[in-house]
Amino acid sequence: MPLIQETDYGTPVSKAEKTVTLTIDGVKVTVPEGTSLMRAAVDAGIQVPKLCATDSVAAFGSCRLCLVEIKGRNGTPASCTTPVAEGIEVSTQTERLKQIRRGVMELYISDHPLDCLTCAANGDCELQDMAGAVGLREVRYGYAGENHLDAAKDESNPYFTFDPSKCIVCSRCVRACEEVQGTFALTIDGRGFASHVSAGIDQDFIESECVSCGACVQACPTATLMEKSVIDIGQPEHSVVTTCAYCGVGCSFKAEMRGTEVVRMVPYKDGKANHGHSCVKGRFAWGYATHRDRILNPMVREKISDPWREVSWDEAIGHVASEFKRIQAKYGRTAVGGITSSRCTNEETYLVQKLIRAGFGNNNVDTCARVCHSPTGYGLKETFGTSAGTQDFDSVTEAEVVLIIGANPTDAHPVFASQMKRRLRAGAKLIVLDPRRIDLVRMPHVEASHHLQLKPGTNVALITALAHVIVTEGLADEAFVRERCDWDEFQDWAAFVAEARNSPEAVSAITGVPADAIRAAARLYATGGNAAIYYGLGVTEHSQGTTMVMGMANLAMATGNIGRRGVGVNPLRGQNNVQGACDMGSFPHEFTGYRHISDDVTRATFEALWGVTLDAEPGLRIPNMLDAAVDGSFKAIYIQGEDIAQSDPDTQHVVAGLENMECVVVQDLFLNETANFAHVFLPGSTFLEKDGTFTNAERRIGRVRKVMPSRSGMADWEITVAISNAMGFPMHYAHPSEIMDEIAELTPTFAGVSYDKLDALGSVQWPCNEAAPEGTPIMHIDHFVRGKGHFVITEYVPTDERTGPRFPLLLTTGRILSQYNVGAQTRRTDNVVWHHEDLLEIHPHDAEQRGVRDGDWVRLQSRAGGTSLRAKITERVAPGVVYTTFHHPETQANVVTTEFSDWATNCPEYKVTAVQVSPSNGPTEWQSRYQGISEHNRHIADAAE
Amino acid sequence: MSPDRLIYMANQIGKYFESQHRQNAVDGIADHLRKFWDPSMRRTISAYAKNGGEGLDPVVLQAVRALSGVGPT
Repeated sequence: MPLIQETDYGTPVSKAEKTVTLTIDGVKVTVPEGTSLMRAAVDAGIQVPKLCATDSVAAFGSCRLCLVEIKGRNGTPASCTTPVAEGIEVSTQTERLKQIRRGVMELYISDHPLDCLTCAANGDCELQDMAGAVGLREVRYGYAGENHLDAAKDESNPYFTFDPSKCIVCSRCVRACEEVQGTFALTIDGRGFASHVSAGIDQDFIESECVSCGACVQACPTATLMEKSVIDIGQPEHSVVTTCAYCGVGCSFKAEMRGTEVVRMVPYKDGKANHGHSCVKGRFAWGYATHRDRILNPMVREKISDPWREVSWDEAIGHVASEFKRIQAKYGRTAVGGITSSRCTNEETYLVQKLIRAGFGNNNVDTCARVCHSPTGYGLKETFGTSAGTQDFDSVTEAEVVLIIGANPTDAHPVFASQMKRRLRAGAKLIVLDPRRIDLVRMPHVEASHHLQLKPGTNVALITALAHVIVTEGLADEAFVRERCDWDEFQDWAAFVAEARNSPEAVSAITGVPADAIRAAARLYATGGNAAIYYGLGVTEHSQGTTMVMGMANLAMATGNIGRRGVGVNPLRGQNNVQGACDMGSFPHEFTGYRHISDDVTRATFEALWGVTLDAEPGLRIPNMLDAAVDGSFKAIYIQGEDIAQSDPDTQHVVAGLENMECVVVQDLFLNETANFAHVFLPGSTFLEKDGTFTNAERRIGRVRKVMPSRSGMADWEITVAISNAMGFPMHYAHPSEIMDEIAELTPTFAGVSYDKLDALGSVQWPCNEAAPEGTPIMHIDHFVRGKGHFVITEYVPTDERTGPRFPLLLTTGRILSQYNVGAQTRRTDNVVWHHEDLLEIHPHDAEQRGVRDGDWVRLQSRAGGTSLRAKITERVAPGVVYTTFHHPETQANVVTTEFSDWATNCPEYKVTAVQVSPSNGPTEWQSRYQGISEHNRHIADAAE
Repeated sequence: MSPDRLIYMANQIGKYFESQHRQNAVDGIADHLRKFWDPSMRRTISAYAKNGGEGLDPVVLQAVRALSGVGPT
């Protein structure tokens, strides 16, 4: 595939319905009203020279290169800022225009280095192109005048350079930072000849507020902002469109390649989730794929204290099969199980659950969604009928009120956050429910109308109080409820929420949120127009996570905010394929498409196609598997792309479970923390090394395309096939497309999905079937999938994790922009310059009481365990609340979290742990001991050993 | 698997279904356990219930007994 060159229309598309017809250079063209002359010209097949215009930002009209003449009008207007008009006749190429453009280019080039042959942008430079386009042959001013050629280069950012000597001050970077990303980190400082691009307050990029999304680099028409990888490698020669393997936004990228080497990842304009935008992870943090820590050969060992021994694929696969067979023969069919990964493809996930159900003969399969969004699956299925979000991302452009609950989009879902910020800057109102002051509460040009800074663990009380206001103040949409929901259930629910004990005044004592603020937020949500809920793990990772999901669904139904654009209930999925892993039947109780395994008709279709009899009983969830392992009844596990020793709660319990098993098989890119307790290591492949699909948070299925050979020799799906074949349950697939064909055959909501369709449409949102051949952007439009919407009573049950004299503070955990989940990938990139250790955020009041200064080592202790890390004193957290991330194994934040979990799904209660914080001298005894075990258990024997 | 953990989990489930006005709590709890608990977990809690079921909330005890075919007492 050649290098994909996307058309730059110069200015954004007009969404007007009315059209206008005009003539440009004798060509008649019809475009939407409000379109610029520049864009209309592109539609007519004519390129008007330009420098300061690009279609990702609004027209600016500064470079004076795109001038045109209009018959009957005076002057030479800029085509980027001049809208089309009915019947006008435009000329883009006249003698007068040629002279003006050459003059403009002469001025630009008189203050620009003439180093084209050695410039990193050679061959990809718009300034160079424009010099050619206008026929520049000389610079009459010479090069000896005052200039910027000696301006110092800023190389502080690990991924791109800023070379002001090459800057033409077109403001594209500044406008991209504002309009595309919404960070406002850049500005043009100074005036006239002194004007220059300034990051922050004339700081280096790394010291400024820049979030390294890459929008400025992409917008730059010269080599001023340039990827270091391009400087190092050179220009790419071909590109492949694929899907990012980081968060649940699922951005489309062009992997721009030179041979099998990635030169850069460039966000794809046609990507329907990201529309050409990116974040620091997807855009730049792909270096882990070639990191020296990658394990490229299979390894086995008898005991976890033995050094690893590199073996052939045949020996490793044979060992896994013989061990699993031995263990099943000795301890029973259900003594083994496995875990699918939200980081792997749909096809790979599907195969793992198939191997377990059909090959192992039990349903002991679970997925990492267990510890993040399993309550979403349960709660939304119960209330609406489908275990997924209701909208596409673009729906937010029509929201008038955005309600964010327990999510931090600017850090965890940054590209969607940029779209959301754009809508908020355009006037939509924002309500934030979060114990922590996330950036969106107040940032440049965005300010929440209400921040309900509730005490961790009180979500359900608060959502019911919001409902109380809506019901008792007559703000419910009765017509919608009567038509779309079960009216009797609604009345029961309304009577419940209307009880005085659920009023904001009563609930204020529980949540710590002033009653007036609750009332105001409820009124805004109910009466502010289209209201959309976006939520994250601050909702689900609680003992009442499922109840809270249903509470949000209640709120949306009661106010009629469901079933059209601009509204809905939208889970922001943490990992790239959480939605897909759940869709693919990874939970122990259900097949693909969320159909319970006890359903005889469904099970029969799987039995018929797979040629085996399947167990109709649910299997063990991850925490159940670990409990059973500690008890001695669960003996072997196959873990694909998941690091439960770092990501799951109560680390010491997880470790105890793993240590008690006789065969732990870890399939991953690196020797992760779980591999410390493994007997077999199977080296996996990155998303760059295989074909498949990911499904993002808006149910969008996007293609993952192989851009380089697998470094370990096998894609992850091939490894599962090999294990299955060795176990005596043969699988026959030549390509992942055949796996998708099988998924489509077995899953009604995927019935219309195929690689051919994905190639044709780019991506598709399920349900995709005969009724919706091109997918379903918005769900529940005319009726809920379950029929009538189901209202659920949301009685608040306080968590049993309580503060007290020993543990007086509440710990809550989360993510940071530059790191991803357990950090296995991002810690192996230059992203560590922004976050090289987990920090404990603590309020100044709590810090002072404990004699803790900013940067001090502190011990964080709960009844489950203790760890040490450095303190960061900040008012982002309220007094009584502390916060940390879990990206670094040295910290092991989950040593502290407890075994409490959601009542319905066993999703761990990460967000509420009673802790004490005290000054410390350094790592705890556990950390030191674990570090020793970790180093010992990672040892790989030399071939001669 | 340790009955203590199962008792805790079952009581959590019980609290939810007890609050649902339009659904019989015993049926709801039993149905939930059937749908989401592995048979070994159900066997363990059923055996525990047969031996008195101390620590199980009354409605949960009824549900567990219904689950194992032992009628409510």
